[in-house]
Amino acid sequence: MTAGTTTRPGTGTRGSRILGVLALAGLAWLVIFGFLLSPADEVQGDSVRLMYVHVPSAWLAYLSFGVTAFCSLMYLWKRTRSLAWDRVAGCSAEIGLLFTGLALVTGMTWGQVTRGHVWDWGDARLVTTALLFLLFVGYVALRRLPAAPNVRAKRAAVAGIIAFLDVPLVHQSVEWFRTLHQSPTILRKDLNPQIDGVMLFSVFVGVVAFTLVYVWLLVHRNRVAMMEAQLEAGGLEQALAERRGEPVGTAAVGS
Amino acid sequence: MLRAALLVAGKDLRIEWRSKVGIVQVLPFAMAVLVLFAFALDGNRSTLRDVTPGLAWIAMLLSLLLGVQRAFGPETADGALDALRLSGLEPSGVFLGKAAALAAQLLALGMLLGIGVALFYGPDAPGVGGWVVLVTTVVVATTGLAAVGTLYGALSAGIRVRDTLLPILVLPVVMPVLIAATRAVEASLGIGAELTDAWPWVGLLAVFTLAYTALGLLAFGPLLEET
Repeated sequence: MTAGTTTRPGTGTRGSRILGVLALAGLAWLVIFGFLLSPADEVQGDSVRLMYVHVPSAWLAYLSFGVTAFCSLMYLWKRTRSLAWDRVAGCSAEIGLLFTGLALVTGMTWGQVTRGHVWDWGDARLVTTALLFLLFVGYVALRRLPAAPNVRAKRAAVAGIIAFLDVPLVHQSVEWFRTLHQSPTILRKDLNPQIDGVMLFSVFVGVVAFTLVYVWLLVHRNRVAMMEAQLEAGGLEQALAERRGEPVGTAAVGS
Repeated sequence: MLRAALLVAGKDLRIEWRSKVGIVQVLPFAMAVLVLFAFALDGNRSTLRDVTPGLAWIAMLLSLLLGVQRAFGPETADGALDALRLSGLEPSGVFLGKAAALAAQLLALGMLLGIGVALFYGPDAPGVGGWVVLVTTVVVATTGLAAVGTLYGALSAGIRVRDTLLPILVLPVVMPVLIAATRAVEASLGIGAELTDAWPWVGLLAVFTLAYTALGLLAFGPLLEET
């Protein structure tokens, strides 16, 4: 095992392994609370258990895009400009997309079970989350384009801030869109005015577990990104050196 | 800064005026979109009248994409962007100028689209108060669209796949403009809303416009530096 860890390149370290174990334990804890310990809701039945995935993913969607915006700001600010900020911003957005997708899927499933339809334009939060998803799909698409690292970082930083600034505006417009235009539809709050203590705790467990997963993913994704950048920078020289070192090449030159 | 803005805006508008692309391509495109909607909705005048504001704004947004591409097309050709950098003009002034030129074109397009909408969809003419709301909405919304459009135009200048990238970047961001401007225009035309309902929407549009203009003024320098 010791030989394996020294020769095999990877993104794991002692710290990230401990973090990974904690994240796994958190998820196991969530499963126990979500499926076994917490009761079914009086009105919503077992569909309430979706909340233990839905709420944490929605929270992480906002957290990860918040991290992206913060890192973008730090990159644009001259005194703290470093490609490390840019890397974290990009990685966080990718993971954010994962959690946003999860929040959307669980939200839509919940809608189908309790409201009888998958999509509800009157649900401000659902619509905002969908737009958030689209905003950051654009951001990630922009990042994928080949460019010099600092050019790409600058573009991405501005795009990240543009997208994040849009979130409160989207939310406000969708909120009013419902209240000023349509007659008020069923709100989630009305369905579940008081939340049971164990349920609340289970949501809390979910938030903690998912946040740990997020940090773990971020650490690893960031390390992969670092290795990609290294490869991009030194890949050609290494390939050339290897090519020069080949015996066939030297023989051909010699003869 | 303002002098730089005027110079850049004048230059952009002159280019547009001489190339006539706006008149022979963008405007006919917007009109074609209006006709498409009419066919898609079975040419039903009462339906069309109800959804007039939304359709008009979608035509505007699609035209915005073309406008943004136009505004930065000449800049990326022949190293014009380097010349702009060398000119020593303040980046914030360049941003203001380009955004103003784009806003002016969008406003002109908006007026012509308005005439097209009045002819094709036949909404009821607004009263005096309605006109005030309508004109304010169009001015504030197009300025906001131009600010975001200019930012994204600069951001994607020189990217080979820009034509396909711009829509996915721009359209989600301008969604609040679509919602707010549509509702405000509905109120101004008296479609399912009172005239006073329009002002919160106009306020939201103003916040949008201010936020992205401020961001543009701050971020254009770094963007122009070395993209």
